[in-house]
Amino acid sequence: MEYLIGIQGQDFVLVAADNVAAHSIVKMKQDQDKVFKLSDKILLLCVGEAGDTVQFAEYIQKNIQLYKMRNGYELSPTAAANFTRKNLADYLRSRTPYHVNLLLAGFDETDGPGLYYMDHLSALAKAPFAAHGHGAYLTLSILDRYYRPDLTRDEAMDLLKKCIEELNHRFILNLPSFSVRLIDKDGTHDLEKLIPVGAK
Amino acid sequence: MALQDLCGFKDSFLNSRWNLPASHPVEYLSESPIQFVIAAADTRSSCNGLVACPASQKILPVHSHLVGTTSGTSADCALWKRILSRELRLYQLRHGRRLSTAGAAKLLAHMLHPFKGTELCVAATLCGWDGGEQENISKMGNETDDLAKTSESDSISQAEARGRNPCPSPAMSRQHCSAGGKQLVRSGPSLYYVCSDGTRLQGALFSVGSGSPYAYSVLDGGVRWGLTVEEAISLAREAVYRATHRDAYSGNCVDVYHITSHGWTRRDREELREEYYREKERERGKVKERREKQEGVEDGQSSGRKK
Repeated sequence: MEYLIGIQGQDFVLVAADNVAAHSIVKMKQDQDKVFKLSDKILLLCVGEAGDTVQFAEYIQKNIQLYKMRNGYELSPTAAANFTRKNLADYLRSRTPYHVNLLLAGFDETDGPGLYYMDHLSALAKAPFAAHGHGAYLTLSILDRYYRPDLTRDEAMDLLKKCIEELNHRFILNLPSFSVRLIDKDGTHDLEKLIPVGAK
Repeated sequence: MALQDLCGFKDSFLNSRWNLPASHPVEYLSESPIQFVIAAADTRSSCNGLVACPASQKILPVHSHLVGTTSGTSADCALWKRILSRELRLYQLRHGRRLSTAGAAKLLAHMLHPFKGTELCVAATLCGWDGGEQENISKMGNETDDLAKTSESDSISQAEARGRNPCPSPAMSRQHCSAGGKQLVRSGPSLYYVCSDGTRLQGALFSVGSGSPYAYSVLDGGVRWGLTVEEAISLAREAVYRATHRDAYSGNCVDVYHITSHGWTRRDREELREEYYREKERERGKVKERREKQEGVEDGQSSGRKK
């Protein structure tokens, strides 16, 4: 019912998440932010079971910050992604697994932009574009069709808008707005919320 | 798969195994310059289709400026409210000031999270007013300024994220994060929804419990910027009344709490049965009025067309 999407460009990563926090049939909150800032250049987008998302994401967030305090430098996106996956994997076969689906997006000085797809079975894959949720079924083929590795920021934004318009058109649930962020060498930028036309 | 899964009532409080005070506490913050929080709840506790108690209290004060509404299993709610009060009081003694509502919500959510997957069922909303001490110290007697303060400043989270541990040891040493020595505390009204599945949401309007959809529809229609206190209270009462009418697990009386910078105050408990009869009276009166007006018009028309 929730939706995450990430698109990696030449020197940036564009990510978006929907803003609905729902409990069975009721939208309890329509401006929920599902993006967690792990560091200046790393964002974690987290959806899944109700309490697990925030608990797990904040746990990772604080541990990344602790690493920085102890060692004086920040973890790279690759290391952060692997750390997150390791935690998911460790809890997977415990009595209390975290049922969360994640996208980790970051910019590394040496490696450039990176988008990492993780799911509740603690799979990890570095991908040029990715999506989570039921909406992914509808939008992955759009991404397959129009994605190119050398997308500019505007082109990536247009691609994102295409995906969201398709959701607005075909997805049974109404997702009224989406938070959009961009990560590049200058850090994280909050972009304008996308509100598909026709949705209340 | 799709439609059934998506629309399933997963966290239904209609499960008859528990003693469920399936209430629908209704709270909201006002956005007008006169700021306040209203909390309203019914008073029915049910168990397996019987009304176990028609006069239970679902809104439990936590401290002078924080009130919590409870929904779910009544024993669990009462216990965790007491534990929360204890921890907040300890915090206050150790640090010399009250923990904000956001901090209290985070504390409760972290305490409940280890019990996820068990049959613990608590859905609480914490309604409070933050920043009392600073206001009292710095602005004695400037009450209008206090009330007009907007609560846009970010508050620094006061709880550490905790890894999973099976025993709910309440944090003994909560670290203060202070930015450059100055503590940023959001002051003003605050409303948080905390659930035993670990959810913690901040918002301006929440309705919780088995009757909550009925209450939401009334609230969404009536809530707007600039409500006065009286309008807000009557809207909350109306929402609870409508929900008790439709939901079998809600009923009896309504409690209304009003929270401002001076703390919480409580209205007298009102029987909703009286409200039902009053409404029936009003309806009868309106129908009679309309019929009389109609007859008056017809008389006028027929007298105009003299036979």
